[in-house]
Amino acid sequence: MWEYSEKVREHFFNPRNSGLLEEANGIGDVGSIQCGDALRLMLRVNPETDVIEDARFQTFGCGSAIASSSALTEIVKGMTLDEALQISNQDIANYLDGLPPEKMHCSVMGREALHAAIANYRGETWSDDHAEGALVCKCFAVDAVLIEDVVRANNLNTVEEVTFYTKAGGGCASCHEGIEEILAKVKAERSGPGEVSPPIKSIEPSVAPKRTLVQRIRLIEETLESIRPMLARDHGDVELVDVQGRNIYVNLKGACAGCMMEAATLGGIQQKMVEALGELVQVLPVSYMPKSAS
Amino acid sequence: MNPIYLDNNATTRIDPAVVAVMLPFFTEHFGNPSSIHAFGSQVGKAILEARRKVQALLGAAHDSEIVFTSCGTESDSTAILSALRAQPEKNTVITTAVEHPAILSLCDWLEKEGYVVHKLKVDKKGRLDLDAYKALLTENVAIVSAMWANNETGTIFPVEIMAELAAEKGIMFHTDAVQAVGKVPMDLKRTKIDMLSLSGHKLHAPKGIGVLYLRRGCRFRPLLRGGHQERGRRAGTENAPSIVALGKAAELASEHMAYENTEIRRLRDKLEQGILTQVTHAFVTGDTTVRLPNTSNIAFEYVEGEAILLLLNKQGIAASSGSACTSGSLEPSHVMRAMGIPYTAAHGTIRFSLSRDTTEEEIDRVIAAVPPIIAHLRKLSPYWNENGPLVDNPEQKFAPAYT
Repeated sequence: MWEYSEKVREHFFNPRNSGLLEEANGIGDVGSIQCGDALRLMLRVNPETDVIEDARFQTFGCGSAIASSSALTEIVKGMTLDEALQISNQDIANYLDGLPPEKMHCSVMGREALHAAIANYRGETWSDDHAEGALVCKCFAVDAVLIEDVVRANNLNTVEEVTFYTKAGGGCASCHEGIEEILAKVKAERSGPGEVSPPIKSIEPSVAPKRTLVQRIRLIEETLESIRPMLARDHGDVELVDVQGRNIYVNLKGACAGCMMEAATLGGIQQKMVEALGELVQVLPVSYMPKSAS
Repeated sequence: MNPIYLDNNATTRIDPAVVAVMLPFFTEHFGNPSSIHAFGSQVGKAILEARRKVQALLGAAHDSEIVFTSCGTESDSTAILSALRAQPEKNTVITTAVEHPAILSLCDWLEKEGYVVHKLKVDKKGRLDLDAYKALLTENVAIVSAMWANNETGTIFPVEIMAELAAEKGIMFHTDAVQAVGKVPMDLKRTKIDMLSLSGHKLHAPKGIGVLYLRRGCRFRPLLRGGHQERGRRAGTENAPSIVALGKAAELASEHMAYENTEIRRLRDKLEQGILTQVTHAFVTGDTTVRLPNTSNIAFEYVEGEAILLLLNKQGIAASSGSACTSGSLEPSHVMRAMGIPYTAAHGTIRFSLSRDTTEEEIDRVIAAVPPIIAHLRKLSPYWNENGPLVDNPEQKFAPAYT
């Protein structure tokens, strides 16, 4: 069904720091009852230095939930609370060499437990900022609740718009029916007749306009620039390496490098490129570049 | 150590005798049964023979009532869509809340298309309320579709009685018998069942072959048009090797029916008791009094199913779970939810499904393997302390902020 990385398996079979931490002074209990995960994170924080001296967990959950909990305790030990608050769920996933998209919520749960435990230590109340729904887009791990919220907040009408706002549907496209259902549901709630969402327009490149190589590269760079903010949200980046005829070679950096979504990300970039250039081009990782030309 | 396969409700190993009979149909007997020449007519004869073997297993009155399809799902879709198209004046389908997705997803889609779908509820043991069912049998109902046996729990529904009740009101009755065929003796000619789905790979035949039993005289509209095959009821060139294979598998299933209901049942019961006497806070789900002989579904409280499966797999033991995490959805199995199994138990349900290949030695190994796995995971669980679940009410004692 899904393959866990060696690191996930290792942390699941030999979890680090499991069990009760008697002298804990910060405890975070979070969970997702429907999803069947629940996590108690226990921290022992040095009140003088705010350094996390020890961390333990108890988890009711699947393999990746246990592995994420184990990874989290390893990551936070020795950090100050402020450093620990900077940890994103992607950091937890990266520590484990990635998680399947269906399992990304396990890393989210880890981050939430950490925030809850720190709030508990500081005597604050913590409340989660999102509800989790059924996973719609598996390529980019976007759930139904998020899509619905974004559709409602931005008055979106088409699958394309949803893809632009949330990335959902930008990969393999098999979730477009699901996105259309959400659009229809929200539309039905809106008063007054809504716009009919047009079918996804297929990309039909017109005859490629004549451009000099410099103009072409400039346009390619501009397009990459427009994509950058989206990648940056996931702590990733992209860099143009070379343009050889129809082939555009890029280097995915940061969290994008080696990410299991690499192919989907490149696909998304390619789609934008084709639209911007008005010609059929291929966006390829630098590893595909012919050796002689590099 | 040899791996142990206890996931036979998912799929079964093809019996070597079945493989043997199908092989010549890839090479020597490759003809199209529709052809007039000898290449074709040999295949046609073999298909007729296979049809009769399936007829015998089901106790159907006529061999022409057996329609070969590509899978159980196709048979299910054909049955329900046929009933709706053949009776355009009726707009309602009755089914149950615990059907396989082959039925439930289709019904959800039909609802979106404007049809009315009633899903019968089940009680804590997974049983139907026949009075509630009777009350729903009105003139708008085009078809009732209820599974013969549940794939997760093995619970058997009284489909023969339900078919009688439907027939009294002139309502068509379909049953998804994918799990029941070969394990439950059937004599369809003595029932009022109009349509029945079966799937080859659940009874030691290959994947990609199924059957729709279609009672003679039942109004029908094909799903696939485009040829005269299967008397025009299912167009498409016959999957001859798999049809022949299914014939052989049906014959073998008839021969092993008694074995399934005695020896396999004994091994299943031994497995279940062996685990339950060692593991506390665990219980069997479904109706244990009317159940498939090969299926045991055990809920282990306060641990999660995928984690159990991963640890079992490490020891070469294959089973399955109703946990959300194994299905890729966020919710635990709809069957467990329909029975009102609490979330902390529903996520920890493990289905062991045996077959005639299962041995006593394998069962002994599983009985030895399971308790330490559950103990290990409970040690990690926040709902559990050294001596058992957190006192009184663990779900109140540990009440995480649910997101």
